[in-house]
Amino acid sequence: MYFLYVVTGLAVLVSFIVDYRKTFRAFEIAVKKFVKILPAFLTMLVLVSIVLFLVPDRVISEYLGTGNKFIAVLFASFFGSITLMPGFIAFPLSGILLKKGVLYMVLSAFTTTLMMVGILTYPIEKAYFGTRATIIRNMLSLAIALVVALMTGIFFREIF
Amino acid sequence: MRRTDILKTASISAYVIFILFSFAVGFAPGREIGRIFKTFSVDMFRVLPCAFILIGLFEVWVKKETVEKHFGERSGLRGYLWAVLLAGTTVGGLYVAFPVAYSLYNKGAKLSVIFTYVGASAICRVPMTIFEASFLGMKFSLIRLFVSIPLVILSSIWLGNYLEKRGYRILPGK
Repeated sequence: MYFLYVVTGLAVLVSFIVDYRKTFRAFEIAVKKFVKILPAFLTMLVLVSIVLFLVPDRVISEYLGTGNKFIAVLFASFFGSITLMPGFIAFPLSGILLKKGVLYMVLSAFTTTLMMVGILTYPIEKAYFGTRATIIRNMLSLAIALVVALMTGIFFREIF
Repeated sequence: MRRTDILKTASISAYVIFILFSFAVGFAPGREIGRIFKTFSVDMFRVLPCAFILIGLFEVWVKKETVEKHFGERSGLRGYLWAVLLAGTTVGGLYVAFPVAYSLYNKGAKLSVIFTYVGASAICRVPMTIFEASFLGMKFSLIRLFVSIPLVILSSIWLGNYLEKRGYRILPGK
């Protein structure tokens, strides 16, 4: 995180020294773009708060650890798609689940869909790329996540 | 205001009133929702200002020809390679990748390259991958990267071609 601040600070400093007018224009562009997309961000945050309240970690853990492993993969990709978590929550949670005996392929389906499939980021993605591209990209990502889960299962000898 | 805008404003207002009311009367579910909202807002707004400042600098300093050359129609395979490498340095997540991809597109990057960038920035951000490997093991992360990156590139090429054939245009001005 600090790295981002350092890089941004340096970039602004260098830009300012070379051409302060251009730097001001960059700030103007940044503010304008940010304000324009802000409503979509707020919509997303509202959705995130409601969905994560309805689907807490406890519920996710329960579904990922039970029953048939292929059904567990499907559950994992479902929860990964409908929720949104920063890595600092998702990976420690996955680490705990792994110790509890949840399969690698299930965790793979969960983390990959969590990262790639964004039903909650839909308002933002749609604002930039439109409905069609957003829906297709998310469906392709879901398919990719399932392939990744399958390969993870094969490499860890959890299937076949 | 259009009807959808009115609906959106109304639901956001209802949400805000609900949260405030929940805190006032101590309604636990409402407070929990408010708490989650705050956690995620703080997390995102720590990244977003920097991301948008960098996007602003990118817009004023980087020439259209440069982006066209490295990410555009004639960039070939190198375009995808650059997209994946750039994705590796992206922070935050998809929500940062979208505005970056949008700026790249407006500077002349081709569709399949920006979709590669979006997909790759979901799965191969370097700090995140290191963090992942520390909890789930190096083998897990490597399998994920080696399987998903080629698939992301292939599916992006397909998606780019498909959308171009349909005469798809990303609206300017966001």
